[in-house]
Amino acid sequence: MIEVQDVHKTFGENKVLKGITAQLKAGQNNLIIGGSGSGKTTLLKCIVGLHEPTQGKIIYDGEDFTSMSFVERVPIRTQIGMLFQSSALFDSMTVQDNIIFPLNLFTKMPYAEKVDRANFCLERVNLAGKGALYPSELSGGMKKRVGIARAISMQPKYLFVDEPNSGLDPKTSILIDELIAEITQEYKTTTVVVTHDMNSVMGIGDHIIFLNDGQKWWEGTNKEIAHTDNPELNSFVFASKFMQAAREKL
Amino acid sequence: MLMRLSFKKPEKFSVYWNEVMHEMVSVGIGSLGIIAIISVFIGAAVTIQTAFQLINPLIPKSVVGSIARDSTILEFSPTISALVLAGRVGSSMASQIGTMRVTEQIDALEIMGVNSPGFLISPKVIAGVIMIPMLVIVSVLLGFTGGLIACSLSSEVSANDFLTGLSDGFNPVIVTVCLTKAAVFGFIITSICSFQGFYTSGGALEVGQSATRGGGYSCVMILFFDLVIARIFL
Repeated sequence: MIEVQDVHKTFGENKVLKGITAQLKAGQNNLIIGGSGSGKTTLLKCIVGLHEPTQGKIIYDGEDFTSMSFVERVPIRTQIGMLFQSSALFDSMTVQDNIIFPLNLFTKMPYAEKVDRANFCLERVNLAGKGALYPSELSGGMKKRVGIARAISMQPKYLFVDEPNSGLDPKTSILIDELIAEITQEYKTTTVVVTHDMNSVMGIGDHIIFLNDGQKWWEGTNKEIAHTDNPELNSFVFASKFMQAAREKL
Repeated sequence: MLMRLSFKKPEKFSVYWNEVMHEMVSVGIGSLGIIAIISVFIGAAVTIQTAFQLINPLIPKSVVGSIARDSTILEFSPTISALVLAGRVGSSMASQIGTMRVTEQIDALEIMGVNSPGFLISPKVIAGVIMIPMLVIVSVLLGFTGGLIACSLSSEVSANDFLTGLSDGFNPVIVTVCLTKAAVFGFIITSICSFQGFYTSGGALEVGQSATRGGGYSCVMILFFDLVIARIFL
């Protein structure tokens, strides 16, 4: 479990996060949703340590991540898998080398075992046999899946996903969502997904945190979100006529 | 600060070693062609121009070889090669690291627990400090070859006079100066360009600006340290 305790983040005069407290539980898909500029990506970057919170704490299973040095964080970081919005695959490496990379750095596995692990991860994301390709030879959806394969190569305890559906067609988006949900169940990971895709929210949102103007405005499940009377959340979730019509039928 | 982070103890030596080897090939073998071309032509041009100024019955013709040798070893090979490499190698390093920054690849390294300055910058700096002196040695030899070819093709100075001049009054300190310059220039190019790339923010436009800045600042620093090293050693 990850605990976010009163996290503030300020860039110059701009207060992006204004005291967010939340618990992100293991074995659940924890979705952070909100409009553009609401602070959801900043919160994710604070949780994974890419930004240091101006105030507040991030606790990973009882360990205060915010007070640790870079070196002290390494054991926790090796338990983190992350899928970036742009996939962030290393261009100069093949798909297989991308997946093997963290294994090379942090394990003493023999090479053959690393290759087996890479092949397993690729099979898991339905990309068996694509290990020799370079990222430039992959489609957007394939890059996301390789990103997931790399993220799970170290069997992570914590999985972070930033905008998994951006730039993908609806069918591929659903495939990626299903894959994230399956991996969460399979590895019992604490999964944190930043998204504004309503299909993801309704499909895999076990636990949803709605951010608005750098603050937590609502927290609940995908079943509860359809019946909320929070006006800001309603205007975000049911912004389209399609969603408004769908709500009336619920 | 960035340099201190770059030379922290690596997570795994073998992975870093592979990166150093990769960068050495990229900097050394990758730049050999351009260095060979400029060295031969500059060596030939220096010899012809020196001969033009010194052809006089009172001056032995072998002096042309001596002056071409000293000019090539002290100035043309290290400095011109470094200026060319700042454009070729330095800009490439800045844009490579800058692209990694804007496409979140550096964030991905940090999330994994990798010391990203160490992984990205130290292999480049090590490769620059080792390979640029080697390229300069090649450049010196090819510069002499260019001079020899120029002498063979002209009637002012014979190839024998040129070869005699190369060995006459040779002072080994010029080789020390040449290699010191090359190593310092290697450090300047790789560290400045890596710094510019590492702190890129934005998109493609900013990556281009970082590469341009890296190349430009490196050239200015190369010329400054050219003067400083010459003043210290000579």
